[in-house]
Amino acid sequence: MSPVIHPYTAAPALLTQAQERLEAPQIEWVALSPTLIVLGVAAVGILVEAFAPQRARYLTQLLLSVIGIAAAFAAVVGLAASGYATTRAEIAGMGSIAVDGPTLFLQGVLLLVGLVSLFLFAERRLEPAEHGRAVDSFTAQAAAVPGGPAEREAVKVGRTTTEIFPLLLFALGGMLIFPAANDLLILFIALEVFSLPLYLLCALARRRRLLSQEAAVKYFLLGAFASAFLLFGIALLYGYAGTLDYAGIAEVIAGTPAAVDPGLASTMGNDVYLLIGGALLLMGLLFKVGAVPFHMWTPDVYQGAPTPVTGFMAAATKVAAFGALLRLLYVVLPGLQWDWEPVLWGVAIASMVAGAVIAITQTDVKRLLAYSSIAHAGFILTGVLAVSEDGVSSVLFYLAAYSFVTLGAFAVVTLVRDAGGEATHLSKWAGLGRRSPLLAGVFALFLLAFAGIPLTSGFTGKFAVFRAAAEAGAIGLVIVGVLASAVAAFFYIRVIVLMFFSDPQEGGPSVVIPSPMTTSVVGLAAVVTLVLGVAPQYFLDLAQQAAVFAFR
Amino acid sequence: MSPENYLHLAALLFTIGACGVLVRRNAIVVFMCVELMLNAGNLALVAFSRMHGNLDGQIMAFFVMVVAAAEVVVGLAIIVMLYRSRHSASVDDASLMKL
Repeated sequence: MSPVIHPYTAAPALLTQAQERLEAPQIEWVALSPTLIVLGVAAVGILVEAFAPQRARYLTQLLLSVIGIAAAFAAVVGLAASGYATTRAEIAGMGSIAVDGPTLFLQGVLLLVGLVSLFLFAERRLEPAEHGRAVDSFTAQAAAVPGGPAEREAVKVGRTTTEIFPLLLFALGGMLIFPAANDLLILFIALEVFSLPLYLLCALARRRRLLSQEAAVKYFLLGAFASAFLLFGIALLYGYAGTLDYAGIAEVIAGTPAAVDPGLASTMGNDVYLLIGGALLLMGLLFKVGAVPFHMWTPDVYQGAPTPVTGFMAAATKVAAFGALLRLLYVVLPGLQWDWEPVLWGVAIASMVAGAVIAITQTDVKRLLAYSSIAHAGFILTGVLAVSEDGVSSVLFYLAAYSFVTLGAFAVVTLVRDAGGEATHLSKWAGLGRRSPLLAGVFALFLLAFAGIPLTSGFTGKFAVFRAAAEAGAIGLVIVGVLASAVAAFFYIRVIVLMFFSDPQEGGPSVVIPSPMTTSVVGLAAVVTLVLGVAPQYFLDLAQQAAVFAFR
Repeated sequence: MSPENYLHLAALLFTIGACGVLVRRNAIVVFMCVELMLNAGNLALVAFSRMHGNLDGQIMAFFVMVVAAAEVVVGLAIIVMLYRSRHSASVDDASLMKL
């Protein structure tokens, strides 16, 4: 394709050219293998859903998903070992997917999070058996009216929603692409690919279906609203730069485009496109991250969704969305740094303060964790705002540390139950430490990690992001961050005091003994939290090595 | 006619959609407003594609159409499910989690 085409003859000229020399695109199968494996296994999972008999599906899907995610993780490790993260980076898929350090690091984290969430999804010992069959925490039939005859019938014949496994894999596949997107088109597609399965998963709770459906509707409508803003931002940025390619847009913003055709000459001077486009794009991403002016969905969705889904969503969405945000700010919009920096300062401060302060008034464990995740979005933004290599590496480390703590905390929430299912009201957690000291101890560990107490991963992560921000001169942000951490520590400690120093209620919840799957999730999360807190050096080095974005 | 007029129309449609999402109560109508916003994005993409004389914007518009179709499938499933269990598709009625 020749670089200069007159605007008014574009379509016919391109058509004849395309007919003359249509070349098949080159696809770097090896570099893209983690994503391809996950999406391929998800597609196979759909076939299993269609053709395998009802009884065989659960085990087949579980094994298939575990093998797929493990293979994808092996592929990520293989790519990293062959130097993709450190010595060479590759822009694969005709310039649309970057396989570089941050991508591989985040993909590794996402795959581990996905694998661990899979175990939470597959847990079948928590709910009491129905008609002699062990059931998971997902509804028997999503289309049936809660409590209606269709649902009773579905439970009686033993229907299960094994579609959750392919849905999880599709969401995971989208998340793997999201931080790697090097092209606004791929960014948008990846966003939708991981969002749509999450909307569905939110609606599938076995208990409290009405809450769950309400959460799904809210998440869906607000998520679609946010992605419409993102799309319009993409359209305006494309209008400004005449290309969807990250590096191409960055060059136009810097004023050094590869070639100036008449169309580009008429738009690249128009800062309105650039500023509004960049702002709308950031809005879409900050929504996914759950930062403050765009956080309204977080508490309701976290509370209403089935707890395994909440854990997966809270951990993995944050990782993927911050990955995409980092690449967007550091690769596409560094030329606009003076414009987005003050805005993100405001967002970061508002997130930290609002998240920490509102969390104090919460009485539901899942809502509490939701507000804490909003505060954490603020802390991570502090690292993003360092605008340095240290900033990137600290954010990568923080995301890895935070995602495991979150998963562990939600895994514990699935275990504390009374007759009505999960006992999420905080008053019911009183005295839990006396009844089940081990579980309460582990939960206390996660809370301390959220609060950022030394010897936990939370401390190392917060220290890293605050140090990066302070070195970059963002002292004000660091001061607010430390103060917000102190406020946040108050309500985390309050829960610990409630669990250990108050008397258990009559008829309070009990801790269900789970299968080895959930036990391993809680155990793994606790081990990761301690190791990243006590001996973080290896992982900090890993994040440091992975902290360079590929440009072209 | 200058392609910029299409941009003005796109911006107008986008604003109408955004206002509709904020003020309408029925989940289906809210969702239709979101679709209007997506299509406003499409119009802008195609207009810009014309201005720049390359096809990136048009290809993007095709992908957005596919994504919008997928979103309709998921969205209508969720909204119909909500309607069947509550006999109301009003987004204001769904407020079990309000403090």
